[in-house]
Amino acid sequence: MRTVVYLVIGVFFGIVLFKSEAASWFRIYEMFQFGSFHMYGIIGSAVGLGIVIVQFIKRYKVRSFFGDKIVILSKEKSFYRYMIGGIIFGLGWALAGACPGPMFVLLGAGYLPIVIVIIASILGTFLYGLFRDKLPH
Amino acid sequence: MNWLYEPWPWYVSGPLISLVMFLLLMMGKKFGVSSNLRTMCAICGAGKTADFFKFDWKSQRWNLVVVFGIVIGGFIAENYLSFDTKVNLNANVVKDLQAKGFADAGESYIPSMLFSDQVLMTPKTIIILVIGGILVGFGARYAGGCTSGHAISGLSNLQIPSLIAVVGFFIGGLVMIHLIFPLLF
Repeated sequence: MRTVVYLVIGVFFGIVLFKSEAASWFRIYEMFQFGSFHMYGIIGSAVGLGIVIVQFIKRYKVRSFFGDKIVILSKEKSFYRYMIGGIIFGLGWALAGACPGPMFVLLGAGYLPIVIVIIASILGTFLYGLFRDKLPH
Repeated sequence: MNWLYEPWPWYVSGPLISLVMFLLLMMGKKFGVSSNLRTMCAICGAGKTADFFKFDWKSQRWNLVVVFGIVIGGFIAENYLSFDTKVNLNANVVKDLQAKGFADAGESYIPSMLFSDQVLMTPKTIIILVIGGILVGFGARYAGGCTSGHAISGLSNLQIPSLIAVVGFFIGGLVMIHLIFPLLF
């Protein structure tokens, strides 16, 4: 039953990413050219409402659908891993024009060369796992 | 109902993304797509090579189901929820892209120069897609999250680490588009 709910949430998210054009390579390029407010509007409004939602959950100790406490873990404090990792991610995001969610949207939409990007991103994740101990965190 | 088939404006799409995050929190989970790439490594047996992939990947099955849903969502949106998928880009950006050889800028959803089936015959394009993918996967795990985990979930939780990561995303993106891209196209 829960599996069906996760599936429905995923389908919904996939539709939103496609219809919002956040999965369009062109929109990502345009965003980094500051050519349109569109992507900033999407991320900004998602974060704006997201802040309200998270604060509401914390303040009123909202429980999950199953009655459990909702725990939102904070990321550990550091600078290097977020900045360097972030820059590496940004380089790839702009080059491939897709971040992990949209990659899978494009796969479903039938743009087959995205399979190359997906496999390469799994490979990139593997490379990180290999060199993790040698990287500044 | 025509609006459903048109591109959705940002003020509809953004809040719907927050809704996705909210639903996953209410399911007792967290919103983040890139951690699935780590799970996929673990399923492929990467745990034998690196400890980073030694974890109970079955506990992440729910997130793989979300990803499977995203694929289906992409299929439905492209085939049943769109009249045409042309992206209405800024006119100057279209001119700039056309000068770089992206002839279908403003006319299609993603550039055929990078994502049509013919690219499989073009080594340069394959290299670009491979490097782009490796950087996304490596960077997302190094930073501990991608656009969904850091930019949406993390910033919604007012986390400083996520703010640093998002600043990094933009530095990387701007360097790629403004400094490296002109050398490639």
